[in-house]
Amino acid sequence: MRFSGFKVIKEALTGHKGWGPQWRDPEPKPHYDIIIIGGGGHGLATAYYLAKEFGQKNIAVIEKGWIGGGNVGRNTTIIRSNYLLDGNEPFYEFSLKLWEKLEQDFNYNAMVSQRGILNLVHTDGQRDAFIRRGNAMILNGADAEYMTADQLRAELPFLNFDNARFPIKGGLAQRRGGTVRHDAVAWGYARGADQRGVDIIQNCEVTGFRIKGGKCLGVETSRGFIGANKIGTAVAGSSGRLMAKADMRLPIESHVLQAFVSEGLKPVIPGVITFGAGHFYVSQSDKGGLVFGGDLDGYNTYAQRGNLPVVEDVCESGMAIMPMIGRTRLLRMWGGVMDMSMDGSPFIDKTHIDGLYFNGGWCYGGFKATPASGYCFAHLLAKDEPHETATEYRLDRFQRGHMIDEKGMGAQPNLH
Amino acid sequence: MIINHPILGPRDAQEFTYLGDASLLNRPDWQAEDAAEKFHDYTYLRDNPAGDHRELWYHEQGDRSWLVVTRNTLTHEISKVELASDVARAMGNSK
Repeated sequence: MRFSGFKVIKEALTGHKGWGPQWRDPEPKPHYDIIIIGGGGHGLATAYYLAKEFGQKNIAVIEKGWIGGGNVGRNTTIIRSNYLLDGNEPFYEFSLKLWEKLEQDFNYNAMVSQRGILNLVHTDGQRDAFIRRGNAMILNGADAEYMTADQLRAELPFLNFDNARFPIKGGLAQRRGGTVRHDAVAWGYARGADQRGVDIIQNCEVTGFRIKGGKCLGVETSRGFIGANKIGTAVAGSSGRLMAKADMRLPIESHVLQAFVSEGLKPVIPGVITFGAGHFYVSQSDKGGLVFGGDLDGYNTYAQRGNLPVVEDVCESGMAIMPMIGRTRLLRMWGGVMDMSMDGSPFIDKTHIDGLYFNGGWCYGGFKATPASGYCFAHLLAKDEPHETATEYRLDRFQRGHMIDEKGMGAQPNLH
Repeated sequence: MIINHPILGPRDAQEFTYLGDASLLNRPDWQAEDAAEKFHDYTYLRDNPAGDHRELWYHEQGDRSWLVVTRNTLTHEISKVELASDVARAMGNSK
């Protein structure tokens, strides 16, 4: 079934009886060419691109719970490609280009909205650093625009420009950035993969890997053994737990990041705005809720909830740049578990075990990377060599001294 | 979270900063043959367990002591708090 305007009108006139399930619920086969562990955005995108772009058949995605129930359903939905370093920027720009064509590509309404993202500048040093980053973005084919305080006053008059401690001096804008309906990304990829013959197997937990003579032969699951030639893992947040079953230690700690949604308001915030002197970012959903977040809680955790000091810090930061939100009531808040890597950048790589491939370490930037992560992981799984935009995302980069540390924080995951 | 400081009693976790896995107390021998590899593992690789985790907290807004806190990463329940200096001494790491 293809979605179209015509189909929507036809169904509206005939009582909506023609909509079927969006994907099958197959039993696992005994053996697949490729198994993807993790039915989130990245895993489903990987399966989709394997089938669509790399001509692979006989693929399964296996998921512990239900698809889209992890971080792809718990993030703040922002897409952007405003990175500095060569290891990152081409990859995230590739991702943004895939976002721009995604809905036509998988024939699903993911509500991709390029409403722009703005990083505010509060000091002269920060202005210089942001202009440098903007230039790096432009060199890599992305768009970037430095905006002065006067330009911002005209566009965003509600900002607190004359805050005594953190005056707003300007900002770095990326107009092509924006937001996407996060759940629809998982559903669109799942539907597209299923249409191309991928088995999406839910409620199937991986309990172990069967490894013989340095080769991974398949996975032990709660629904029995499933063999495969190649196995890719895409379970960011739980990578430590999963890879421990293959006796691997990773350059990753799991941390919780909290997110917040306010009651619905009339349109007040046109794009995504981030605070440059603390950690706060906000956008407004199409339903009207302000969607915002800030720093990690800062300690290792697998609990999908955080503590109150960070709530206070996030709200203080929000009040510092836009006092108008002070009387808005919070509707809900939640926590998502992140793979925080040692340099703040992800991994898309083979492991030392033959046939076992790893995708993870997305820190709190995994959502915007979903299309490129899927595409590049599919490239690696199909061709056994990295995609040209993902050559730096190696597991051994710390050993070789080639870390990708955007902010120069060092091996301290809770600071990235 | 409340951390029950061995000397000062229950203190709000907000007074502390967090470093990470208490295995950071076991610094490898810098003169060993395989020191480069050992320091890579020490600096960059983590067990990252789901369950009890021994970790280093620094009482920055208090008495500036380092603590080894045993905390469950699934429930945030703290089951044991020790002075890091006592732990290091017990391991023979302290002079």
